[in-house]
Amino acid sequence: MKAAKGLVFKYGDNVDTDVIIPARYLNSSDPAELATHCMEDIDREFVHKVKKGDIIVATKNFGCGSSREHAPLAIKAAGVSCVIAQTFARIFYRNAINIGLPIIECPEAAAGIDAGDEVEVNFDTGVITDVTKQTSYQGQAFPEFMQKIIAAEGLVNYINQK
Amino acid sequence: MMGMTMTQKILAAHAGLDQVEAGQLIEADLDLVLGNDITSPVAIKEMEKMNVDGVFHKDKIALVPDHFVPNKDIKSAEHCKCVREFARRNEITNYFEVGQMGIEHALLPEKGLTVAGDVIIGADSHTCTYGALGAFSTGVGSTDMAAGMATGKAWFKVPSAIRFNLIGKPSQWVSGKDVILHIIGMIGVDGALYKSMEFVGEGIQNLTMDDRFTIANMAIEAGGKNGIFPVDDLAISYMKEHSVREFRIYEADEDAVYDEEYTIDLSALRPTVAFPHLPENTRTIDEITEDIQIDQVVIGSCTNGRLEDLRIAARVLDGRHVAEGIRCIVIPATQAVYLQAMEEGLLKTFIEAGAVVSTPTCGPCLGGYMGILAEGERCVSTTNRNFVGRMGHVNSEVYLASPAVAAASAVAGKIACPCQL
Repeated sequence: MKAAKGLVFKYGDNVDTDVIIPARYLNSSDPAELATHCMEDIDREFVHKVKKGDIIVATKNFGCGSSREHAPLAIKAAGVSCVIAQTFARIFYRNAINIGLPIIECPEAAAGIDAGDEVEVNFDTGVITDVTKQTSYQGQAFPEFMQKIIAAEGLVNYINQK
Repeated sequence: MMGMTMTQKILAAHAGLDQVEAGQLIEADLDLVLGNDITSPVAIKEMEKMNVDGVFHKDKIALVPDHFVPNKDIKSAEHCKCVREFARRNEITNYFEVGQMGIEHALLPEKGLTVAGDVIIGADSHTCTYGALGAFSTGVGSTDMAAGMATGKAWFKVPSAIRFNLIGKPSQWVSGKDVILHIIGMIGVDGALYKSMEFVGEGIQNLTMDDRFTIANMAIEAGGKNGIFPVDDLAISYMKEHSVREFRIYEADEDAVYDEEYTIDLSALRPTVAFPHLPENTRTIDEITEDIQIDQVVIGSCTNGRLEDLRIAARVLDGRHVAEGIRCIVIPATQAVYLQAMEEGLLKTFIEAGAVVSTPTCGPCLGGYMGILAEGERCVSTTNRNFVGRMGHVNSEVYLASPAVAAASAVAGKIACPCQL
């Protein structure tokens, strides 16, 4: 599987799906349109600063709240290549995998990496490297079948390939 | 063989296995797949990309436009149209149009579509509500919904469980909402992450079905995969009254393993309020010493829009009036609740007290429409989330409470308990 590399946007605990994509924009389901409001209620600068390949790092319970798949869709369409967190809320975790947004749980990386750091993630091994700080962390590698879903860019393609 | 929890037994049976254990990945047969007007359009788009002819079973899919209906704007209308046309094309039995619809998690049990022993997925996080009837039900996203509609199956990681042993009887003005807010305050918004919350104990007999729906509904606010109750006579009589479907009762093994166990004395609980901006920021009414002035009250939602919720609110509002300058919005969760509330005179009580009564909708709970907050405004709400910007402006505040506290707060113009009026 390919690796991710980019600059880090850092957030705290319990980043909920309402701040990732507020419900006032859920009258659209177009990922590109959703991406223009991504993280709006927690970080108004995010959409102006984010570049393709960038990485979101947060602490515990990232993506808590609603089941809206619009949340990982918005993050992916904004160009984010990976989300690293101490823990993820379970529906967000499923949704991210199902739409092919790589996510990885690693408490040490979530604590050690700072905003603006350049970070590289190897999805095969689960190794997260903070290039800026010259440190690396062992994240939890995905079970094989989840890797296949992500590699297929989501559950639908995976089912079709089967 | 290791003992299994209620949840594990239901999952094992639906995966064709005698035994499952926490952490195991399984594929389970689904009894019902649910979606609403926000999540279904995404699922429909995904399903159309799959190489399938149609849905797995036209009776085992429920489509309920409820979030932004009656259509709040043109884009929402297009979403609802997409769901309606999909339902027609696939001859979905359980599509509920405006006029028949209600808030999904109040509607489906009422229509008899959810019974004990079922495995249910819904593209809405509060799908965990049906655990009140002894079903395994959990929220998923649109892609899982699409795969569920196409194949009738979903993959799950078998959850471990936390057991909540409820004892005693709640005192006056304490209801299911206070029980679950107390629990979330105790274990935190990620206290049950990836886990089942199994509610057991003799105290359950002192909880009405509506109390249990409220408690199971908010399992997700503690990060839980599902919330579930054992099936007792009350649950059986509810299912017999509402459903023609056969149900199956699964009981936890005596040697089932739990990650944690808590005992909660319901008689010791007090009316509880969750302060902004997390459901875990709870305080009992006695711990609120300052005056918290408010602008709006919302009584409704999949958490607290059922008949008993409205009866309690009406009892508080009867002969009283909403404080000057306060907007009090009452939203019966389904048409049947609406009709019954009308027949019992509850709607008259609300209107005479200066509240407004809306057709069923999720509207204000998620900041969609029908009661959006301006900058700096505060709302006491019987809904389930008080995240930043949840009900409107990013600088507005939501305080979560029971119907009793919400109604009393509307009268007082500040957060209050009926006992303080």
